[in-house]
Amino acid sequence: MAAATATAALAPGQAYRAQEVTYVEAPIRAFAAITAFWGVVGFLVGVVIASQLAFPLLNLDLEWTTFGRLRPLHTSAVIFAFGGNALLCTSLFVVQRTCRARMFGGDDAGWFLFWGYQFFIVMAALGYVLGITQGKEYAEPEWYVDLWLTVVWVAYLIVFGGTLVKRVEPHIYVANWFFLAFIITVAVLHIGNNISIPVSLGSAASYSAPAGVQSAMIQWWYGHNAVGFFLTAGFLGIMYYFIPKQADRPVYSYRLSIVHFWTLIFLYIWAGPHHLHYTALPDWAQVLGMVFSIVLWMPSWGGMINGLMTLSGAWDKLRTDPALRFSVTAVGFYGMSTFEGPVMSIRAVNGLSHYTDWTIGHVHSGAMGWVGFITFGALYYLFPVLWRKKAIWSEKLIAWHFWLATLGIVFYITAMWVSGIMQGLMWRAYDELGFLQYSFVETVEAMHPYYVIRLLGGVLYLAGALIMAFNLWKTVTAGEEAAPAPADVPVSAIAVAAE
Amino acid sequence: MFAWLRDHGIIERNVVLMGVLTLITISIGGLVQIVPLFAIETTIERVAGVRPYTPLELRGRDIYIREGCYNCHSQMIRPFRDELERYGHYSLAAESMYDHPFQWGSKRTGPDLARVGGRYSDDWQAAHLRSPRDLVPASIMPPYAFLDRPLDVADIQQRMRALRAVGVPYTDDMIANAAADLRAQATPDADPGAFQGRYARARQSAFDGNPGVVTEMDALVAYLQMLGTLVDFRDVTPAQLRQP
Repeated sequence: MAAATATAALAPGQAYRAQEVTYVEAPIRAFAAITAFWGVVGFLVGVVIASQLAFPLLNLDLEWTTFGRLRPLHTSAVIFAFGGNALLCTSLFVVQRTCRARMFGGDDAGWFLFWGYQFFIVMAALGYVLGITQGKEYAEPEWYVDLWLTVVWVAYLIVFGGTLVKRVEPHIYVANWFFLAFIITVAVLHIGNNISIPVSLGSAASYSAPAGVQSAMIQWWYGHNAVGFFLTAGFLGIMYYFIPKQADRPVYSYRLSIVHFWTLIFLYIWAGPHHLHYTALPDWAQVLGMVFSIVLWMPSWGGMINGLMTLSGAWDKLRTDPALRFSVTAVGFYGMSTFEGPVMSIRAVNGLSHYTDWTIGHVHSGAMGWVGFITFGALYYLFPVLWRKKAIWSEKLIAWHFWLATLGIVFYITAMWVSGIMQGLMWRAYDELGFLQYSFVETVEAMHPYYVIRLLGGVLYLAGALIMAFNLWKTVTAGEEAAPAPADVPVSAIAVAAE
Repeated sequence: MFAWLRDHGIIERNVVLMGVLTLITISIGGLVQIVPLFAIETTIERVAGVRPYTPLELRGRDIYIREGCYNCHSQMIRPFRDELERYGHYSLAAESMYDHPFQWGSKRTGPDLARVGGRYSDDWQAAHLRSPRDLVPASIMPPYAFLDRPLDVADIQQRMRALRAVGVPYTDDMIANAAADLRAQATPDADPGAFQGRYARARQSAFDGNPGVVTEMDALVAYLQMLGTLVDFRDVTPAQLRQP
């Protein structure tokens, strides 16, 4: 009887019990699964629009499938659908375990967040295809979608913060600092950048409250910190939990964590104006943006060092654990992007790189290399834990995913470096008589081979993600059940068994 | 009182303290960069000529946003020699002072459009939008032939009222005559008197080549053809262009 109780408590699909805390898991499993799904969708739309740039006939002569309408679909699918669900999944998983507290609001709150967030994504996506957009990058959803997201986000803050309040552990773990900062700051940015007036309550359209130069500054304050807090601080939270877990080592330096956290969140918010170099934004704001962007290199690399050095003494695990390889390579790409970013924020460099594919390459080394890889690493860790499996179905397929995706990124970013720098140089090239050497369309023509290579890179990356989706699916449906580890046996069950 | 400055453990044990300190930390940069832009008057250059969009141009701009043109076209010329020669005088903050929101863009897959107004004929613009590769064989722009459909003008007054609420100086007269002005601009033979009085230097034309119906193509071409044409740089002095 006692043995049966212990087994039942650990049966697959049932709530996980440890030291009398029953964690909320079902909505988190849903978040994990949908993260993989939206990842595939987002990468697929990316491949579609990359092929449109190489072969414009693929715009299909339909209003719903032009590049202009599909590009926001790609960026939002990757950032908000794939990245957002990954953050909701991991943050709610991590906060319960590091606080040893059941999620505030329980399963109901989890399911509200899950369906509320998916509803936001579908509403936004439908709008893009139908031409309903605010016309601001990464903030395209119209006012009614923004209002809905605000409701979901406040609920997220309450659930996350409430769990922190309920914690049994005296200290808040470092991963949760980053998750909390991400949730708070994204709320501030989302509301600050979406202040607008609807044409009427029955109309989907709206006009933003600020205009021109102020609207530009606010948009890039938002835009850059969507990178800084959504795609960086949040994912650093993932790094601070999953890399120590996978490597079975504590975080390298507690002191570095503190310095990393406060300097990163203080400095990032200033960096927005580097998107507006040499524009009509007054110079003082541009210079502030540049200086803080360069200084930002330091905390970024502090975080990278903290993540990588966590492996000291456990580097051999990279040979045997392909999932850890994803997480660690992600931190490598993070270091690379956060060096490239400050370089590009220098006005003289930006004069060449701005408006070109170099920016696109930069953002993809961050998105595919850092955000993508750290998420893949976390998903490979999470699926066996959440579904009570011994391990991922096939380690070999993880290795295939890793090499396909890495090769894809290399193709992608090198193609964009070459095309970006080449286009920037062609725009400013003069012939011996002092005339501009190239017409604009000649620079477009010159991009074609690189757009094809970029497309190839995207296809490889998508292929890797499809392999991952298959592997995760097989893990859930055909993976070997985990034997109940002694540490996993609930204290109460042990007590019962002893009687 | 400031023990938390020396002992991080105090912050780590207090959710509210950590949340509030985080909020303060992330607010400073944004406040320093954004608030002065509203407060310092010289942020917007003191040049003459910038006026609100005509109803037809406004609807054209709405279509420009709807189709996501900003994904490939910037509207912000930088003060570089090559950009001066390729596109014209560098863009002023004043030139987008009625843009809710701005459309400066961040990528030039296609050329900058800040001063595209008047560079090509109406016919060229309409034909190019319908089928870009007929005119520019190497272009990778999507075709927009579907814009040859009647323009929805039902909510034009509501749109202008919403814009007035956020600071665009549309007068009662402009809003009352919005529908008539919209038709007048798309009809070359219409009496220009009152319309031209409300919107200085606005051009009347059958922008899509068909004066019978006001189409989305009319609106978009009317918008493109006025971009960058409002400020006459022969009248501008260096003092007017100075920013803080």
